[in-house]
Amino acid sequence: MLYIKCPYCGFRAQKEFSYGGDATVKRPNINEEVSSEDWDNFVYMRKSPRGKHIELWQHIAGCRQWIKVQRDTATHEIFQTAKVTEEIR
Amino acid sequence: MSQPFRLNKEGLINRNKKISFTFNGKKLFGYEGDTIASALIANGIHLVGRSFKYHRPRGFFGAGVEEPNAKLQVEFNGHSEPNVNATEMELVEGLSATSQNCWPSVNFDIGAINNFLKMFFPAGFYYKTFMWPKSFWYKIYEPFIRKAAGLGVASIEKDKERYEHKFEYCDLLVTGSGPSGLASAYAAAKNGAKVILAEDKPRFGGTLLTDDVSIDNLSGKDWAEKIITELKSMPNVTVKNRSQVFGYYDHNMLVMFERVSDHLEKKSKFTPRQRLWYIRAKETILSTGSIERPIVFGNNDTPGIFLSAAAKEYMKVYGVLVGKKPLIFTNNDSAYETALEFKKNNVEPIILDTREELSSELIDEAKSKGIDIRFSHGVIVANGYKKVKSAKIGKLNKDKNSFEKIETVDCDCICVSGFWTPSVHLASQSGNKLKYEERIDAFIPDKKKQHETSVGAANGSFTLEESLKNGFENGSNLSAKITDTKTEIAIPNVNEKKYGAHDKFWCMPLPKNENPKRFVDFQNDVSVSDIEIALREGYRSIEHVKRYTTLGMATDQGRTSNLNGLQLVSNIENKIVPEVGHTTFRPPFTPITIGTIVGREVGMEYMPTRKTPMHEWHEKNNAVFVDAGAWKRPRYYKQGNETLFEASKREAKNVRENVGICDVTTLGKIDIKGPDAAEFLNRVYTNAWMKLPVGKARYGLMLREDGIVMDDGTTTRISENHYHMTTTTAQAANVLSHLEYYLQIVWPELNVNVVSTTEQWAGAAIAGPKSRDMLSKLYPDLDVSNDSLPFMGYKEADFFGVPSRIFRISFSGELAYEINVKSDHGMFMWEKMMEVGKEFGNQPYGTEALSTLRIEMGHVAGPELDGRTIPSDVSLNGLVSKKKDFIGKNSLGREAFNVESRQKIVGLIPIDRKSSIPEGSHIVQDQNAKLPNPKLGHVSSSCWSVENNNPFSLAIMKDGKNMIGKKFFAVSPLKNKSIEVEVISSHYVDPEGKRVRS
Repeated sequence: MLYIKCPYCGFRAQKEFSYGGDATVKRPNINEEVSSEDWDNFVYMRKSPRGKHIELWQHIAGCRQWIKVQRDTATHEIFQTAKVTEEIR
Repeated sequence: MSQPFRLNKEGLINRNKKISFTFNGKKLFGYEGDTIASALIANGIHLVGRSFKYHRPRGFFGAGVEEPNAKLQVEFNGHSEPNVNATEMELVEGLSATSQNCWPSVNFDIGAINNFLKMFFPAGFYYKTFMWPKSFWYKIYEPFIRKAAGLGVASIEKDKERYEHKFEYCDLLVTGSGPSGLASAYAAAKNGAKVILAEDKPRFGGTLLTDDVSIDNLSGKDWAEKIITELKSMPNVTVKNRSQVFGYYDHNMLVMFERVSDHLEKKSKFTPRQRLWYIRAKETILSTGSIERPIVFGNNDTPGIFLSAAAKEYMKVYGVLVGKKPLIFTNNDSAYETALEFKKNNVEPIILDTREELSSELIDEAKSKGIDIRFSHGVIVANGYKKVKSAKIGKLNKDKNSFEKIETVDCDCICVSGFWTPSVHLASQSGNKLKYEERIDAFIPDKKKQHETSVGAANGSFTLEESLKNGFENGSNLSAKITDTKTEIAIPNVNEKKYGAHDKFWCMPLPKNENPKRFVDFQNDVSVSDIEIALREGYRSIEHVKRYTTLGMATDQGRTSNLNGLQLVSNIENKIVPEVGHTTFRPPFTPITIGTIVGREVGMEYMPTRKTPMHEWHEKNNAVFVDAGAWKRPRYYKQGNETLFEASKREAKNVRENVGICDVTTLGKIDIKGPDAAEFLNRVYTNAWMKLPVGKARYGLMLREDGIVMDDGTTTRISENHYHMTTTTAQAANVLSHLEYYLQIVWPELNVNVVSTTEQWAGAAIAGPKSRDMLSKLYPDLDVSNDSLPFMGYKEADFFGVPSRIFRISFSGELAYEINVKSDHGMFMWEKMMEVGKEFGNQPYGTEALSTLRIEMGHVAGPELDGRTIPSDVSLNGLVSKKKDFIGKNSLGREAFNVESRQKIVGLIPIDRKSSIPEGSHIVQDQNAKLPNPKLGHVSSSCWSVENNNPFSLAIMKDGKNMIGKKFFAVSPLKNKSIEVEVISSHYVDPEGKRVRS
């Protein structure tokens, strides 16, 4: 079970969180024209990297904030966590 | 009542307390502190089971977790448990143990015929023999294998015991209380660290209990006791015995299995049987010690053959002799300690040492005590079937592959030592890549992935001095980093005997023309020849050899066999062991009970139960409940002998004719506030929200980004910047997360807050043609006329002294209202409604009637919004705005969503107007067509239309409305039904929606 540092609450067990997918995907702006290709990429296409991955988690059994987690998909090592408004480099 | 193999005074057992127990029906006794194994050996009993494949007689081999043979069916404290390790299970009064895998008895086992047919049971036997004919597998082979391969029998009774889970956090977890573990824990504790020390045995001290050593002029045992006493007195230390750390998981989480009360005769009702600890440790010390490995020789599985350290442990801890005429067979010095212990107890051992004559402290001591030592010797084959009687021993030539001399000596036990294997299981589980250490012919931990440090024998340090130093240093350094405190501790003076070099020798050769079985893995009956066959047949990877032969795959995880198996493979392959590699170590290190894994999460505690504030009333009024997620909802209220069908028909009919009330508390409710709330709703829902006035509700539909309908519900504008959203019961949590996602991540510029208020409000729906009359009685001072409170209207009003919200919304399709009051007032509201509603013929209705009402109205719900449908599939395209953007809009233009023949919602009625159509039925053109019969759609919801008094169903069907008027078959192979149906509109009752507006 992972040990995730919520930027609001501190270290908490994985069972308090729910996974939310790739954090680098950006939704096309509302009310703006978007090509079918861009839209399909946003809805369906995801990379499945082995190694570092920046992803979203929600602290559902805690502060309910969505957060960013940089995790190694092979080893589960967590390098960094951040608020969604912050950048992970 | 004498115990022929019990020593007069040795041991740590309590001789003042006798404990009686039975073994295979025979009444026996032991002492408090005995294990089943030590008590049986004291009574001279060695034959305890039959082996897995050949049903060969088997006895005890070890004295703890390493035991491969002695797995018993044990009944105690009112339950029966299979595969209990007799060397670990402590004796309790009245315990009854029986042998497994034998019939009719362990002494006469018919399965033993396999032993004489062993040429037919080589490695891979199952794979080869049971391959053909294919049809035999299911009916003949599988049942046969299952029967033959049986271990114990799992109880079919409900487990009445209590099991618990515990979550713990610490600075340092120390796994094992041998010398290095004690030293680590002590040093860390002195630095102020929060320490947990776990020991799997009942007694602390590990090898200090059995080794002839002294520390600071105290015996090993006394020193261990002193340290443990001090640790127990420290508030920052938790000391646990009978606790096995069995798994090392991600981010330094370790899981420990504590046997809380299996050894107790009496305990309180609330004392758990076993406890599972989830321990998150900042640092972990792995002081798991080492396990002795045997030397492989002929018939080495005969009862009476022990690991030499186990024989010593039986003497020193339990005061029990494993035999009175022992042969000690060794390639190293440690077995000399066992020999000396025998000698001390007036038993004359013979030592067979594979090494050429050499000198060391222990060898010299043994010589000086007059023990018969034969160098360059080894056991070739043990004689005796149910117990060792003698052994054929041989003097090895210089190359150690043939014999100079062979003779037979009498003996009643053989104590074998092939040197020591560090217990690296936990380190390996943590991700540590092991390395092969030539010095000790075994693997030790190498590069770390997590915060773990192996110390002492687990790290390949086989001297006490080194282990203590290792423990003190690592315990101190690791904890100082956490606590920023460093207390100097003087490393104690140690007195121990120095060992000479061990012999890299692990398997006895056989003389020509002799071919006894030489077992490598006892528990799975894997012999040297099995491994040879696997290699001959081309299996090269050690992982493949393991699976083909089942070497190391039994519940003992190959603790005594893995390394010998590797040596054998490396010898035959002419590779060095590190090239062969090792198999993967996986948790659990020792078998644990299912009960412990489950913990308290059984029965009612499996998941939380959510009850509405009116739950008690429903119970008192014969409600039959149905689970809706964690909620309990009344399905129907049973009157007399009514069936579900009759009751739901009565309830639904009463709503259509009079008025009914339904508990709708479980609907998801979300409070939405902020100046941008309207804009937010406009993006979340498919329809327009910018112009909804205060005091009005609107039905809304939300999609996922892929265009699929996610949820529906009404949202009401309470005030300028305040909305009250309702969701379906099932989707409440998902919708909240969905809204939070968009507000926090996608549109953080919107000034909106959302919070769940599901549990803050109790809700009741009042539905039926007489609902307005009833409402006017509930709110005598309020104008509830159609003009003042029209369809989709909203009012706040006083309900007999409590504040309430009135929504004129309808799920049933009737004139209807929903009243919300604070949860605490829910019961008051409900009872008032029942009282006031009497004169209008009001009756409560459950979810079954609710479904009937919405189905015949053609209102969609969960079965239609099944994660596959878009708005136009369920006739909700009228709610999809063409003018504005919203979540999922861009997906609705996808080609597949717009083909004419897409499956869409329709209504179905049976041609005979009588046969109910099972939900899940497939719609086909021809019921007799050849399979695969093309499927045109499926039945999503079914009811008995109370309005038209015949069955009616909703279906999702190819070509949708174009099929209206045509006839098909709804077939349900599950229910063995095929019903001819006609397609009609999905709006079966009041298609214009007049009633809700009346």
